[in-house]
Parts: sequence; structure tokens; C-alpha cells
Amino acid sequence: MKLSYEWLSEYLDLNIEPKDLAEKIERTAVEVDSVKRLDYKLKKIVVGHTLEVEMHPDSDHLHIVQVDVGEEEPIQIVCGAPNIAADQDVIVAMHGSRIKDNVKIKRSKMRGVPSNGMICALQEIGFDDAVVPKDYVDGIYVFPADSGVEPGDSVMEALGMDDDVIDTDITPNRGDMFSMNGNATEIGAILNEDVTFESIVPSDSDQSDQDSNEQISVKVSDPVFAPVYKMKVINNLTVEDSPFWLQKRLMKAGIRPINNLVDVTNYIMLKYGQPLHAFDYDQLPEKTITVDKAGENVKFTTLDGEERDLRADDLLIKSGDVPVALAGVMGGMDSEISDGTKTVALEAAIFDPILVRKTARYHVLHSEAATRFERGIDFSSIDNALDEAATMMAQLGNGQISQNTVVGNEVIPEEKQIKISLVRINKVLGTELSADEVGDIFDRLGFEYDLDEVNGNFNVVAPLRRWDISIEADLLEEIARIYGYDNLPSTLPVGPTTIGSLTDTQKIIRDSRTTLEGLGLNQAMSYGLTTIDKARHFIMADGETVKVDWPMTKDHEALRMSLISGLLDDIAYNEARSVDNIALYEQGRVFKKAGDNVQPTEIEHIAGAITGSLIDSSWINKDEKVDFYQMKGVVDQYLQNLNLNGAVQYRATDQYPEMHPGRTANIFIDDQYIGFVGQVHPETQKAYKISETYVFELNLSTLIAQPKVRQHYEMISKFPSISRDMALLVDEDVTNQNILDVINSSKQKFLVNINLFDVYNGSHLPSGKKSLGYQLTYQDSKATLQEEVVNQEFESLVEQLKTELGVTIR
Amino acid sequence: MSLEDQLRDLEQKSLKDIKETVDLSKLNEVRVNLLGKKGPITEVLRGMRELSKEERPKVGSFANEVRDNLTETIEKRRSELEQAHLERKLKRESIDVTLPGKPVAQGNPHVIQQIIDNIEDLFLGMGYQVVEGPEVETDRYNFEMMNLPKDHPARDMQDTFYITDEILMRSQTSPVQARTMEKHDFSKGPLKMISPGVVYRRDTDDATHSHQFHQIEGLVIDKHITMGDLKGTLETLAQELFGDRFEVRLRPSYFPFTEPSVEADVTCFNCMGEGCKVCKYTGWIEVLGAGMVHPNVLKMAGVDPEVYGGFAFGLGPDRFAMLRYGVDDIRNFYLNDVRFLSQFNKRG
Repeated sequence: MKLSYEWLSEYLDLNIEPKDLAEKIERTAVEVDSVKRLDYKLKKIVVGHTLEVEMHPDSDHLHIVQVDVGEEEPIQIVCGAPNIAADQDVIVAMHGSRIKDNVKIKRSKMRGVPSNGMICALQEIGFDDAVVPKDYVDGIYVFPADSGVEPGDSVMEALGMDDDVIDTDITPNRGDMFSMNGNATEIGAILNEDVTFESIVPSDSDQSDQDSNEQISVKVSDPVFAPVYKMKVINNLTVEDSPFWLQKRLMKAGIRPINNLVDVTNYIMLKYGQPLHAFDYDQLPEKTITVDKAGENVKFTTLDGEERDLRADDLLIKSGDVPVALAGVMGGMDSEISDGTKTVALEAAIFDPILVRKTARYHVLHSEAATRFERGIDFSSIDNALDEAATMMAQLGNGQISQNTVVGNEVIPEEKQIKISLVRINKVLGTELSADEVGDIFDRLGFEYDLDEVNGNFNVVAPLRRWDISIEADLLEEIARIYGYDNLPSTLPVGPTTIGSLTDTQKIIRDSRTTLEGLGLNQAMSYGLTTIDKARHFIMADGETVKVDWPMTKDHEALRMSLISGLLDDIAYNEARSVDNIALYEQGRVFKKAGDNVQPTEIEHIAGAITGSLIDSSWINKDEKVDFYQMKGVVDQYLQNLNLNGAVQYRATDQYPEMHPGRTANIFIDDQYIGFVGQVHPETQKAYKISETYVFELNLSTLIAQPKVRQHYEMISKFPSISRDMALLVDEDVTNQNILDVINSSKQKFLVNINLFDVYNGSHLPSGKKSLGYQLTYQDSKATLQEEVVNQEFESLVEQLKTELGVTIR
Repeated sequence: MSLEDQLRDLEQKSLKDIKETVDLSKLNEVRVNLLGKKGPITEVLRGMRELSKEERPKVGSFANEVRDNLTETIEKRRSELEQAHLERKLKRESIDVTLPGKPVAQGNPHVIQQIIDNIEDLFLGMGYQVVEGPEVETDRYNFEMMNLPKDHPARDMQDTFYITDEILMRSQTSPVQARTMEKHDFSKGPLKMISPGVVYRRDTDDATHSHQFHQIEGLVIDKHITMGDLKGTLETLAQELFGDRFEVRLRPSYFPFTEPSVEADVTCFNCMGEGCKVCKYTGWIEVLGAGMVHPNVLKMAGVDPEVYGGFAFGLGPDRFAMLRYGVDDIRNFYLNDVRFLSQFNKRG
């Protein structure tokens, strides 16, 4: 809310700089968005009185104006505003002045005619378009007669721009701070000062002998809809502009002055926080008012001119059967106050916050009134607000208020009584406050209380304006903030020792990240929500995709079921920016639908993707493009670090439509499927707009669950080892795994290591054949190995390979 | 010429030869020729038979002296030559040490991960557990158990991705509070936990908004936890993350799940409190929300608010990273531009 320092000063004796006040508000109550002076940097802008206005000889819209600016001689200004006329009090930016945005105004010639300044619109000196009175939105501003301005007066003073406006950002619990009354009370508590807040009541001369109850009747169809609904009728009114002081206050508060009747409703809303609505009594089709839900298929035109299809649950004010207002949100076009309005039916009500909130949200009508109803209204000030509004209307519109108030409903809640003990206060806040100090805080807040001196128990009454205070914890907050958070001690929790350590799973996940980073992959964090198509790419296990109900965009509509697809998006982003060597990994969750209205299954995955080269080329090493085996090497090393008990196996697969069918392997630990590694299918690469890319994805949850080897020391053999090399000529479709399977199945007692050192399928081999070179290492940990023993083992292995795989030794 | 004179001549001549030898193999030849069985010294000693008994030991010992001297000189020369040889070799082997080293592969943790790890480590050290929760939550845990019943106005503060009426993408890490409290056995001691994770909001992505970001929730529940403990904990956190010179100030705020609720500001890292554009001339930057756990939240999680109480806080690592490194666009964190990721490779 925009708080005028000048207006606040009416209720409080403010001996504090506006900036310091703002800081106190921020530290004690609510956030402050800004503290602004409207005249910031404005200079040499004065009131001018227009004397003569004549057309510019060389223009169809410019006027030459002689203006009295309080100097000996009038000055001449060329003005293009359509509403310029003689005998107006206007805003004159003199030669050498500064207007909005620090723009400097200088003497000049306009189409040959000298102009010694500029006649300004309100917007040109910093007022927002939305607060400028309608008559002056498209032209210069003209001071009203009651402004009492004289030529040469400072415009900044005349318009009250020499005031500081503190703009607060109010949290949902502090509805009381949406009024000047509430702010004055709060600031009084903060500064420990008394508040003088006066209400205006009607005098006899403001009243007629008509009876509101005879002019109109009100029915609230369910008391829950509007706990309070009251009306007063004001008769014989004349609609005109509001007095100058009222217009200025509204503009500073961010509200556009309209006319005396509407302005009064807004002014009272600002003063008391109580939204009011003024109906043109004569435009109400029937004089029976009902507060009820809209029901099916109702259309209604709000006063912003928009016809709206109402929800059945929207709360309406109806005149007979005709809707005349969206309760608490916005009035209707047809019963709006117009220049011809003579009689006003003035509504002061409290509507159900939830109903108002839903209507405001659905129709995107977050009006000042709706905001206040949503945040809660002070039940104790509604009568004052209604009386003062009626009185002001009568006085400003030369009318009379009918006797009595029409009451459709009035259920005032009781003030809440809350018990709190001094011991509890100090225990929770960590303070050492005395009962006196606490009592003083309640006094400042205007909370009544009883104190049992013996045991330090307070019984506190929360005033109705502070509907947010209902339990002990609320009082604790009041005490803490008024006492000052700066004054709280700074301590750390004491109590039984707790052990802070990561779980095994958390440790493995951290280690996994470190391993992959050590192997050259950067950690990526991609979006969990992706397109429906991409969500289903590279999936490791069947399942239904989870979609959000109301996505913001098609790009983020479904929950990912693999990590690779996000990594490929990342690669595309990099490649589009000419970054060609990209090595990324991601650790995160994938999602799978588990049933209707139940949470999806969330599985931890880890995945990697490499495009270009893993290692940058340089003067000393050539560019080495990533290939299947490099990616497999990364996966191998990672799996090795996990210290798995089971054997890692790679089996060729063409099961993934997004993967190269001849360059992809499923990975198993013993027979447990844990993921895959391979090259992205060329078609998929094209679709993602990326170059040749190698990827892997593993189910980390399954991996973590795999049994681990219990590590123990293995003695390093003191005895020498013996190696044997063999080059095997095999059919092209015989795999390394086939050969390893044979070797592993043969009874090799002393074989300790197998190293594939060469793969050759060059031209001088018989067609359909390839050659594989293995080095076998034999060692006995207990004795020196005899050549004959090794020869025997080796020979028998070669024989077995010949029989089982038809190999030829080269 | 006496034997001694012969020896003396031989010595003089040989010493000269040795000194003039510049080649290791030549020096070896000299040694073999001079000191070998067919060498001149042996030859001279053969002539000893003709000497008298008295003279023999004298000449013999002189001959040995000469041989020792020559041997030593040869060795010395060898060492000199070897040294020179080595020096020449080393000189030949010299390289341009200013050429760049051979590239190796090295990846980095994501900058947000670094901040999360940093905070986890701090709290692990203070006896906290790290707890994770589901990213897809129920309305009950995400809102209702957090004292946000349906139609609560504060739900407007967070626009949420719903999957069904009851299932949603969690909009905060706070539901982990309720889940952890429900499970915790308070007879085994206090509950101290932090919970990092991804959260989602129905926001249009721009420089300061992201539909996905991270949060870290913190929660301590015990019998004697004070708001002073909260303040001290937040100060410790701020100083760990930003440095000792940073102060914390608490301001009143509103969260349905805490009462009192506060927002914590730290000294603006850019101007150190002087006031600048980054902190909108306040000298302070808002970094997290916190408060004393609302009794309703305790009650709903089955914890007796008459006996137990505590504090909770929530902070955004994305925002921390933006503040700490001056990152001006939150989308950078999720686009994974390698040039961006590899900037944060300085450990510590």
C-alpha cells in the first residue's frame, strides 16, 4: 500500500525521517518496496495563469499562450495541448527547469515563435497515467478553482508532491495494513507513540427524514456469504469533482479521482480498509437487494465494460433478479455512479474471503476492494466507515442521508482470548524478558491483557482489527518483532548429540559424481519437465508417462523418463553456439506413472553424453573424436569404482529406437539389467540437431542395491609371472565376449590376467575373418611357475578355442 | 736411468696424457695401457729383481705411489668427462617449458551442486541428517500438512503444476518437513535435518524466473529450541557461504508453516552494506525465509507442540549462486552451456 507521510502525520506525531520510518516498518512489520518523493529532481515548475491564447500562424494545433507566472511580465509559451484555454491555472515548466526523468526544458522557438517554457500534463511531471483525472489524461492539467493556487506558486507544493510515499508489500496475514488506520496503529506501536484517529459522524443538517429501510431492503441468502451487509441511502446529491485535497490524496495513493461520490468510497477504503460500493439508486431495477451465488449461465457486465460469463459460485449482489455487482470485486455498468446520479445506495459489507478470492482469481479482477476482502476486514470499524462515507457524500454532494441503516446481516465475531506465560515466551524466543517488558509491548500494540503477577501468565485479548492473531505463536511473533529481531540472542541449538553423516546411498551418489567428473564429464542439470515425445526417448523400462495438468508450454509438459534426452537438448544448445566438444553427465530422477491419483515412481538415474572430443586437441596431441569404446571406457571405470560383486557384461542390443542398432550394448551386472551404452541413432541425432554423440544411462537405484565386494588385502605374489601371446583368426561375428567366455570356462589354474592388445581386420586377412591378439598372464602366488605347467594350460586353452569357436592360430 | 727416475718420467708423461684425454673410451685405453699387466709400470717393476734387498722396498713403495696417483687421476678424469658428457646430454635434451601441457579430461560439479554440497557439509558437521523427498508430491504433504488448506490465500504465492487434483510437482521442499517429522523417533533424540532438492513452479521462464529451481529445507525439532538458535544457525550459514564479514538481519514475514516467520537478509556482497544497485540501495540482500515451526504443522505430523518445538528455514541455491557469482540470468543454470559450467572450476 502506498502510504503518504503527510497523511500519516495527521494521526501520528512523526519525528522521524521517512527513510528511517520505512526501515523501521520493514524490520518490524512488512516489507517496503520503495520510499519515493514525487518531486524527486523536479525543478523550477510553477503555477501559471493563462491570459491570452491564440492560434500559431503556421500550425493547425499549436497555440501561442501568454502566461502569468507571478513575474512582472507574462511569458510566452507555445503549447500543443488540445485543452489549452485562457483563464486556466496550469503547470508551467520554466526555462531551465527539470521535469520527469530529469529532462531539461529550455527556451526555444517553435515554428518560428519563441517559447519560454512548457505547459505540462501531470504525466510529464511524474504522475502515473492511471491516476490522472480522466479530463486531463490527453492534455495539460488545469488546477481546480478550490486549489487556491496563485501564479508563481511551486507546483510541487501545490500538488503535494513534496511528500514521501512509502510503498509497502503486505504479507497475506497483515490485512490490517491495507488502511491508513491500521498503518497508523502499527506505526504507533513500532515508534511507541499515541495515535490520534478521528472519525467523522453526520450532523443533523446532513440527514433527511427519509428512512433507508423504506427506500431499500436487503437479504443475504446465506449468512456465510456476507457476515456483515449494510446499506445507507443518500439523497438529492450533485455529482461533481472532489475537492482538491481529496483528489491529491487519492492520486498519491495510486487511485484516479473520478467524482465526489466515487472518490469518497475510495477515500474511506484507504482510511479504514473497508471497501464500499455506491449504487446509483435510481438505476437499480428493484429496490430489494439480495446477496447470493450467481447460479448457472449468468452473464454480467462489470463497470470496466466487459461482459463476463459467471461461475455458478460467483457471489453476486442482485437487484430483484438482476445482477448489479460481483460482490466485493467490482460493480456493474448499469448501476454505476454517473454525472446524473441523484441518489446513492451505499453498501458496506464484509464478504467471505474465499468466495471473493476465487471470483477475483477466475475473472482476473484483483481490484483494491477484492484484495482487502481476501486479506480480511476489521469488523469493528465498518460502522464508522459507513457513517463517515455517507456524511462525506452528503457534504460534498449537497445531499442528505436517510435515517437508519439497512442491515441485511451482522454477525460480529468475538474477540479472541489467548493465554501465554512469561516462561513460555522466554523459552521460545531465547530471551530474558520481564513481565513489564512484555506488558509494555502489548500496550503498544493496543492488546488488552490481564497478568497474573504470581506465575507470569498473561491473558491477552486480540482486537478484531488483528484477526490474524489467534494462537500463542501469533503473540510470540508480535512480542519478538516489537522487541526487535536484532535484540534476540544468537545461539546454536544445544541438546543431545546427533551424528551428522550421509547415508550409504548418498555417499555412492556423491562418489559417482566425483568419478565422472574425474573422467572428464561436466555435471549438467537439465529440466525435469520436457515434451511428451522427448519424455519417452531412451527409456529403459516400459511405463506410462506422467503429464502435468495445465502446462505453461509444450516444451515442459511431461516428466522425463530418461536423462539422455535432456543431455541431448543441452548438446544441441552448445552446438548451436559453436561449442563442439561437449562432455556432460547428469544425476537425477526419472518418473513413471504408478496409477491414478498416486505419486509416480521416482528412480535415480545417472547418464552421460559426449560429442566431439573428450580431450581437447593441442600442439602435442591430435584431435581424437569420441567413439563407442571411449564412452564404454568411462562406463567401465565408473562401474569398477562401484566395487560391485557381480560381473559386468555388455550385450549387443537393437532394442532402443533412438540408438544405433549396431553400436549399442545393454549392461548387466551378472544377469541384472542396469542400463546401456552406445551411439545415438543418426536419425535421432538429426532430430535433436546434434552431431555424432555417444551416451550411456544407468539405473542408479538398481546399481546402488547391487551387492558390493567386501574389500580385503590380496597378497602381491613374490614369484615371477609368465606371459603368452596368441593371435586368433576368427569369423567376423565371433565377439570378444565369446572368446572370453571360452577362456573363463576353461580350467585355467594360473591364469591371472587377459589383455586384448590387438584387433585387426585388414585387407590381407581372408574375407569374413578378423584377428584378435590376446596376452595371457600366468602366475602362481605360492611358487615359481614352471614353463611346462604354463605351456600345458595354454595349449589346452588353444585347443578348446579351436574346437568351440573354430579359431586359427596365426 | 734409475728405476725411480724411469717411474718419475713415466708418471709425468702419463699425467699429461690423462689430462689431455677428452674421450671416455680413450681414457679407458690409457688406463689399460698404463696400469694393465703389460703396461709400463709392471714393466718397470719387473726390473726390481736387479736391485739390492735394501732398495727393493723403497722402489716398490714408490712404484705403488705412482700407480695409485695415476689410478686416482684417471678416475678423477673419468668423473670429469662423465660430468661433461652428462651436461652436454642434458643440454641437448632441453625443451621449451613454456609450451602448454598435454590436455587431460576434467569435469566440474555444477555450480548449484557446489553450493548444495557446501551447505550439506556445513550442516553434517553440526549433526544434521540429509534427507530427500519425492519431487512429485501429494497436495496433502505439499500444502495441507504445511498449514496451507485448500483455498488458503498463501497458495496464490506459489503457482503449482498439478498432475491430478491430489498429485502435484512439489512447489517447495517443505513437505519433507512433515514426512521427516512423521517418521522421526523423538525418544532417540532431536530431529535435525536438511533437505536439498528440485522444486517446480508454474512460472514463465525469464532472467529471474524458472519453472524449475532448487531449494534446501532445514528443520530442527527438540524440547528446547529457541528463536535465538534459529538466528545463530542462519548467521553460521551466511558466514560459511559468504564469509565472516557478513551480517544477518531478520525481518518479519509470513509463511503459513512457521510462526513467528522471518525473512533473513545478509549484507550486500556487492557493496558490503554501503548501498548499491544490486541491493536496491538498502545494503541488504534477501536470502532465505525461516521461522519457528507452526504448532499446526507439528500437530498434523503427530508431534506434540506442548512438548516439542523448533525452527525451519528454506533457501534457494540458485539465488545464492546468482548472488555469489553475479549470474544475471537463472536460465543459465539449466541450459548447461559448457562455457558456463566450466567457469566454476575453482575449488574452495
